[in-house]
Amino acid sequence: LCGIKNYNYRTLQLLNVKSPKDPRQKIIKRVIGIEGDFIKTLGYKNRYVRVPDGHLWIEGDHHGHSFDSNTFGPVSRGLVHGRASHIIWPPSRWQRIEPSVPPERRPLLNRDGATEDGYDD
Amino acid sequence: MFRGFFVKTIGFVGYTIQYGCIAHCAFEYIGEFVSCSGPSMEPTITNHDVVFSERVSRNLCRIQKGDIVIAKSPFDPKMNICKRVIGLEGDKVCNSGPSDVFKTHTYVPRGHVWLEGDNLRNSTDSRSYGPVPYALIRGRVCLKLWPPQSFGVLAESPNDGRIL
Repeated sequence: LCGIKNYNYRTLQLLNVKSPKDPRQKIIKRVIGIEGDFIKTLGYKNRYVRVPDGHLWIEGDHHGHSFDSNTFGPVSRGLVHGRASHIIWPPSRWQRIEPSVPPERRPLLNRDGATEDGYDD
Repeated sequence: MFRGFFVKTIGFVGYTIQYGCIAHCAFEYIGEFVSCSGPSMEPTITNHDVVFSERVSRNLCRIQKGDIVIAKSPFDPKMNICKRVIGLEGDKVCNSGPSDVFKTHTYVPRGHVWLEGDNLRNSTDSRSYGPVPYALIRGRVCLKLWPPQSFGVLAESPNDGRIL
C-alpha cells in the first residue's frame, strides 16, 4: 500500500483505478506506460502518444473489448485507488497477480530514452 | 503494582486507537482544513487563507456549478489545486483566451468538470490543461476560517458570464 500513497508505480502492475467517465465506478487495468513513455495505441485518436507528466497509460488484457486508455486516453495518477495483487475468489483461481505484459504492448521508448530492444526479462 | 500500570497502559492505547479512528473517519468523510497558497483565486481566497472543505457533497456527487473545490492536480497527485467549478459534464464552456478575437466553446465530457480560478489573468486551470476528471475532486470549500476579518461563507464568482 505504500507504493500507492507514494504514487510510485512500475509498469505491468494491475491497478484499481477510478473511472474517468464515471467517478463512482472502479476499473481494473494494467499499466502499460508511465509518464514520458511513447506508446503505440490500439484504436485511439492518435497513433502514437507520449504519456504526459503525472499520467499513466492503462489497458485491459483483452484488447479490442476493453474500456481503457485506448478509449479515454491517459489517466491522471491521482485517479489510482489501489493495486490488484491477488485473486481471492473463486477458490479455484487463487493466485498472486504477477506483473507481466505481452511483448507487443511494451512502450516504444521509455522515459530515459532506452528502446525496447534493450528490454531484459 | 505492575499489573495496575499494565492495565492503565492498555487503556491509554485503546483510547488513542479509538480517537485516532474517529479523527481519520472525520477527515476522510466529513471535511478537512486546508491552507491555500497562490494568487489564482483572488479576490475570493488570498494567499495563506485557511478554509474548511467538506467531503459530503463530493461523496454524494452533489458538486454544483459555482462551487469552489479542492482537487488533486492532474499533473502531480501530491499537489492540490483550489478552483471554482464553471461547468459540469455536458455543459458548454468557453475555452478561448482573453486575447482571442473569436470565442470558441467546448462541451465538458462525461465524468469531468471544468475548473477556473477567480483571478482569470493569473491562473492555470482548465483553460490550459482541459477538463478535470470528477474523481480527482477532494472536497467542496464551504467556509473561510482565516483571516478572521473575512470569516464566513465564500463569495460568488466575480467573473460575469464565465458560467453559461
